[in-house]
Amino acid sequence: MASVTYDHATRIYPGTERPAVDQLNLQVEDGEFLVLVGPSGCGKSTSLRMLAGLEDVNGGHIYIGDRDVTDVQPKDRDIAMVFQNYALYPHMSVADNMGFALKIAGTPKAEIRQRVEEAAKILDLTEYLDRKPKALSGGQRQRVAMGRAIVRQPQVFLMDEPLSNLDAKLRVQTRTQIASLQRRLGVTTVYVTHDQTEALTMGDRIAVLKDGLLQQVGTPREMYDTPANTFVAGFIGSPAMNIGTFEVRDGKAIVGHAAVPLERHVLDQLTDADNGQVVVGFRPESLDIAHDDSQDAFQVKVNLVEELGSDAFVYGELQADGSAGDLHSGSSDQVIVRIDPREVPMKGDTIHVTIKQGQEHVFSPSTGARLSH
Amino acid sequence: MEQLKITSATPNSALLDLPWRRPLIEWPAEVLAALPRGISRHVVRFVRLDGRVLAVKEISEDVAFREYGMLRQLRKLEIPAVRPIGVVTGRTAEDGTPLEAALVTEHLAFSLPYRSVFSQWLRDETANRLIDALVVLIVRLHLAGFFWGDVSLSNTLFRRDAELFAAYLVDAETGALHRELTRGQREHDLEIARVNIIGELMDLAAGELLDSEIDEVAFGNSLVDRYHELWEALTGVEAFASDERWRVAARIERLNALGFDVGELDITTDIDGTTVRIQPQVVDAGHHSRRLAKLTGLDVQDNQARRLLNDLDSYQAATDRQEDDPQLVAHDWLQNVFQPTVRAVPRELRRKLEPAQLYHEVLEHRWYISEQAGHDVPMPEAVQSYVTNVLRYRPDEKAILGMAPEEEPQGPEADYFHYAASEPGDVD
Repeated sequence: MASVTYDHATRIYPGTERPAVDQLNLQVEDGEFLVLVGPSGCGKSTSLRMLAGLEDVNGGHIYIGDRDVTDVQPKDRDIAMVFQNYALYPHMSVADNMGFALKIAGTPKAEIRQRVEEAAKILDLTEYLDRKPKALSGGQRQRVAMGRAIVRQPQVFLMDEPLSNLDAKLRVQTRTQIASLQRRLGVTTVYVTHDQTEALTMGDRIAVLKDGLLQQVGTPREMYDTPANTFVAGFIGSPAMNIGTFEVRDGKAIVGHAAVPLERHVLDQLTDADNGQVVVGFRPESLDIAHDDSQDAFQVKVNLVEELGSDAFVYGELQADGSAGDLHSGSSDQVIVRIDPREVPMKGDTIHVTIKQGQEHVFSPSTGARLSH
Repeated sequence: MEQLKITSATPNSALLDLPWRRPLIEWPAEVLAALPRGISRHVVRFVRLDGRVLAVKEISEDVAFREYGMLRQLRKLEIPAVRPIGVVTGRTAEDGTPLEAALVTEHLAFSLPYRSVFSQWLRDETANRLIDALVVLIVRLHLAGFFWGDVSLSNTLFRRDAELFAAYLVDAETGALHRELTRGQREHDLEIARVNIIGELMDLAAGELLDSEIDEVAFGNSLVDRYHELWEALTGVEAFASDERWRVAARIERLNALGFDVGELDITTDIDGTTVRIQPQVVDAGHHSRRLAKLTGLDVQDNQARRLLNDLDSYQAATDRQEDDPQLVAHDWLQNVFQPTVRAVPRELRRKLEPAQLYHEVLEHRWYISEQAGHDVPMPEAVQSYVTNVLRYRPDEKAILGMAPEEEPQGPEADYFHYAASEPGDVD
């Protein structure tokens, strides 16, 4: 097993000027499950394929352990692309289906059997080893595919959107299986997805990319609690964070009818380029319903209430005397507020809310960078 | 409720008659032409519609549209691949449960799944020809910038192409088109191909469907070697002294012989002009089929075309018309030789093979019986002999699909397909 290091790794596709992956610096620890996530075109798959040896590295280096693999051919990198293809052979037993790659490589029979048995134990397939794949369920067939990669005992597992062509139910099931399996095996894993929920639930750490640039890397908790910029803030979390640009007056951000106090060190970091404004973000669960007209409460007109049993969410519009700013959540232009499911307002009502102490995220409008701690 | 929607470049209202409101796995036997063999990642069924056979695959909507678009692009690039018909979305069961989208492709007529070919009397020579066909397909895909991602015999269909085979891509689900492939991408595709092919052969061996003499690993490895040879022949740089210019023409001839036309050739000389380097930049497969089509309008595969062109040459020599307009000679050959030969085969047997393949086999047979007789057997006699002694015993190859819908899809399948080798020596 080994670590993976991207050292200023850059990929520029022929005929393009902007790098698809620009000076990526990233260290994946030995045994770690790292998820590369971002919107389509962000460079996540290209980064993975650079590690796999499928994309040329036009600048910088890639290491597996201490070994520079930048110019090493894919099959000599000691990696396994999992789930790439998992046709099962009907005449071969489950054991042979798992072990045939070792047979091709000339591994002795006894060793193949031993490795297959170990993998089968981890995958709960022991009792099926001598059966034909026809006897297996869909999920078990998936596990045989994982078994094929496991018996090879590679240094690194690579997975590129492995769940994308599964149906919704099998996707959630397999997601859990992959994550727990990876923890048991302790094989360094790099996993690509466009789905931030998948990233949050599976990764030890998450690396968010956008336009070929690494935005932030950290644990799911870090990414959620302290996003490094407005992009990460808006991308991680579901429902998405409410984010808006507001005027700064007397050291406070004017959010609708409310004035949200800003900390000294935040104000100190604002520059002329910020034009007297600031970006404030707050998650749907970071709001309290205010029953009196307190000075830091703002008003939200209710458009829709979504009740989920344990939770309820208000989708609404920020009310203001003048311009209400561009407060939005994700791709919707509504404000989302998590409320007590037992005290639900009606459509058309106006609710007063305040941001919980210390739970606002403040960013620079000019650079998008985080200003608050 | 969502509306059933068919996205297709060639709309056919008969598609609407299929039972889209039922999961594919439950489609009744009466609409099915056959069930597929082997274990697929998805449910696949063959249906007969307006005299054509269509393959229907249930997959998620995104993947269906992606593969549909990919297959359309491959056709524009003139890559041999199955023809995409359309994507069916908005499917719901009678009880309102949403069903997965379906990708519909046209089954390639006269194609042979590898299991049919490999599992009967497979000799090294036949296996090599299948591997060669697959190599040509992979090289063509790579030249076009297509990374297949799941190269395997199961994802390929083979068609007879004179004494050789031509390979067609069937499954583009994992594929991606790039401007140009890196060496790493090509090598990775080859490694996938190598491992998959060995696995598929081991599977046939496990099912006792493969001659035990055959070395599966050696076959997989030979694919990689042959690929590199062809890739080098097509794209390699060749350097020679400037007084050896004939080598430019020789290179082009060599590529033509491999079935490729040179669309663009880079020629550079070093500063003092003593060394010339040439490297083909654009090569297109189908050299012979293009030539034949221009002369006769016949649209056939490349080796069949090579065979017919040779026959056309002999005709021209035999009728002493070397000075005539080639197009006129070709027209007369078509009228007086090719068509009468094909028509001399009884109609009910004619559909067993493509006309060009039929003609090729008649030529082979004629050569064989002429050698036995010690003199040239006239064509009409050769056709009669071929029909009586060979074709009658051949299976109908128009649509070899898999198991009949009423067959129980259980247990190791005894392939019903009867493979008749095309070597002249094998006919008796």
